[in-house]
Amino acid sequence: MTAHALAAGRALPAPRPVGWAGVALGAIAWYIALPPLLLRTPVPSLLVAAAAVAAGAYAIRADERRLGWGAVAAGVLGGLGAVVATESGESNLEDVFVWSALIAAMLRFATPLIFGALGGIVCERSGVINIGLEGMMLMGAFFGIFGADLTGSWVSGVLIGMAAGGALALVHALFSIQFRADQVVSGFAMNLLALGITGYVFIAHYGSRGTPDGIPRVPDVTLPGIEAIPFVGDAVGRASLLTWIALLLVPALALFLFRTPRGLRLRSVGEKPRAADSVGVPVIRTRYLAVIASGLLAALGGVYLSIAFLGSFSQNLTAGRGYIALAAVIFGAWRPGRALLAALLFGFSSALAQRLPTFSESTAVLFEALPYVLTLIVVAGLIGRTRPPAAIGVPYVKE
Amino acid sequence: MSQAPDRPEPPPYPGGEPGATPAARLAAYIRGGGLLVPLLTAVLAFFIAGLVMLFTGNDPFATYEAIFEGTGLQWLFPWVTGDDRTLAAVNLQQTLILTTPLILTGLAVALAFRAGLFNIGGQGQYIVGSIAAVWVGSSFAGMPAFLHILVAIAAACIAGAAWAGFAGFLKATVGAHEVISTIMLNYIALWVGVWLFSLGGPLQNDRDESLPVSNDVVEDARLPVFWGDPVLQGLHIGIFVALAAVVVFWLLLNRSTAGYEVRAVGFNPEAARYGGMSVARNYVLVMAVCGLFAGLAGALDVLGWQFRLATNDVQVSQIGFLGIAVALLGRSTASGTVAAALLFGALLSGTSQRNLDPTIFEPELASNLTLIIQGLVVLLVSADVLVLSALRRGRSLMMGRRRAEEPAK
Repeated sequence: MTAHALAAGRALPAPRPVGWAGVALGAIAWYIALPPLLLRTPVPSLLVAAAAVAAGAYAIRADERRLGWGAVAAGVLGGLGAVVATESGESNLEDVFVWSALIAAMLRFATPLIFGALGGIVCERSGVINIGLEGMMLMGAFFGIFGADLTGSWVSGVLIGMAAGGALALVHALFSIQFRADQVVSGFAMNLLALGITGYVFIAHYGSRGTPDGIPRVPDVTLPGIEAIPFVGDAVGRASLLTWIALLLVPALALFLFRTPRGLRLRSVGEKPRAADSVGVPVIRTRYLAVIASGLLAALGGVYLSIAFLGSFSQNLTAGRGYIALAAVIFGAWRPGRALLAALLFGFSSALAQRLPTFSESTAVLFEALPYVLTLIVVAGLIGRTRPPAAIGVPYVKE
Repeated sequence: MSQAPDRPEPPPYPGGEPGATPAARLAAYIRGGGLLVPLLTAVLAFFIAGLVMLFTGNDPFATYEAIFEGTGLQWLFPWVTGDDRTLAAVNLQQTLILTTPLILTGLAVALAFRAGLFNIGGQGQYIVGSIAAVWVGSSFAGMPAFLHILVAIAAACIAGAAWAGFAGFLKATVGAHEVISTIMLNYIALWVGVWLFSLGGPLQNDRDESLPVSNDVVEDARLPVFWGDPVLQGLHIGIFVALAAVVVFWLLLNRSTAGYEVRAVGFNPEAARYGGMSVARNYVLVMAVCGLFAGLAGALDVLGWQFRLATNDVQVSQIGFLGIAVALLGRSTASGTVAAALLFGALLSGTSQRNLDPTIFEPELASNLTLIIQGLVVLLVSADVLVLSALRRGRSLMMGRRRAEEPAK
């Protein structure tokens, strides 16, 4: 029996809103046990969590499976989180859950992921797999700071970093488009090459001293007006220029992909290259541009890490962030808006991991694994299967 | 780029053409290349890395010589005698210690390739294997030595097989791409490992609460050393286990029904399904066996020379990732994997802090050079079509009977 028949027959509420309410209830169950509300008993939370699970079960019964399972998961996690929170010390909780600081940290951790994910979306929408995001990000991170150090200007640092990422992307494009290489293998090679090249130049130039202090940094930008608002100002009033650019690029890319002829052409090349070719879309050239654009974007994420966030570089600085960005692409179903949400979620989990050591060092580490676990759940199709572009990974040969 | 088949062979030349399965590409590669292409690939990678050294003001010849000195491979030359020979023996032991896990993580990738799967998750499978081995090896102190080693190895194999088998299961049941799921499993394994041994973690050692490291593997559970000084990290018997695994790999693939099915699935899953084989079952089984190999590699490292795992060991280890380069360079064949593992094992030990003379070349630079060489090898192998067509063209030119090029497809 379908959802509609059920709903029509007995005038039951539609399953979709109920499912979403379930997800929200799961979050609320956890939230009320945390500062500032800080209920010291798990009972209300558990009741709310149970309601979330019930809402999920209802949605599942009414054939709204993905959302329903999502609500069930949110309920279970929210309930567990609340129990853990009520078991832990009040002062610890106050230390960790300073919401404005957490949101600010989430934005900081999410910025490189947003850049990387946008790059991944552009590339993969054109039909080229990009496992090499990690390497392109790393190139941007090192050559960004290297350039800023050599030229004494962060602007040229940003440009040099982007150029390095773009150059690596060009190699990936050359191999995966021109030479019809296996795109996964080629992308993997990009990561190894980037690791070796950046490490080599880093050691050769800076040696064991590491990057010096006082390298010009990308400035922070404060939003006038917003900064003064009590809570909001602490959370989003002040952030790196690159963070704002990342956030602006998300709607820009969404508009480009889904509302412009060029975006349509890019997507058509990734879905049905033969058909695109037959109506005169230059498949090869489009893919080249997309891959290079992805390198530039991913490199910006790396540039942010080295000369905006940290102000220094160490070998393998990105440490898997490119892979998390790839995860955000998949989690976000190859759509900029959803990928942004995924990046924020992963950024939040990193922010928690950073603040939790006051509690327990070992538990904090587990939050680092959260993005990967969530992505695994998504590719397993438990909460909404996502479908990659149809022609992804298939090199194009002109007839 | 067009390719005319060398030999008229049914089925219509499946490899080398875009869109064909990795295994089919690989098969074409094996047929087309022989020994020459992998050798050329390696030489070219070393040559480009040499150029990098040249441009950064180092002498590539002196550096490669120093790296070679560090590998201990000159022990094989009968004219090296006296102290040189003793030193070479010690270095060669290190090279072979590193070759051992590389053979196995190479097999873990190679077997998957033969079944048309890309197991990028050797690293994670290696990590869970080493975690299982260090846990069993450092517990159950009273167990008889032989049994203890066997149980530790079995635990590692099961852990690795389960970790990889899960990715195979996802591929078989819901069609989740194994590249994505194994990447995710790599990082999950990494963070689980860091969690287990970090301060306050469940498997942190009992002696010193300030150290993020596991307990030591008890003496009885350590693999016997058969060449060199056990105190100075001599060569343990794990190398024979790895070589035995190579034989198993070869027999399994080439002399068993299961292996025939694996290759058939890799070649063309649709045809295999039509022929009555269970593609799904093969995916799960193949991945599980891959994980078993990688988990075994972790066990041999832990029981053979590491004896303990720190959070840092888990984070910086690259053995599983190197397995990808090993399998690619070794063409996913048994003998090729051994040879490529020896090459990378020698490169790792020759560029290590312990073996490379820092006055000639900084070991830290050299380890990055290894990564560049690795990346170049993988990149060159990825473009098999390029190499193959170049080779074909060269061959047909040499034989003076260049075929008329037919348009692709």
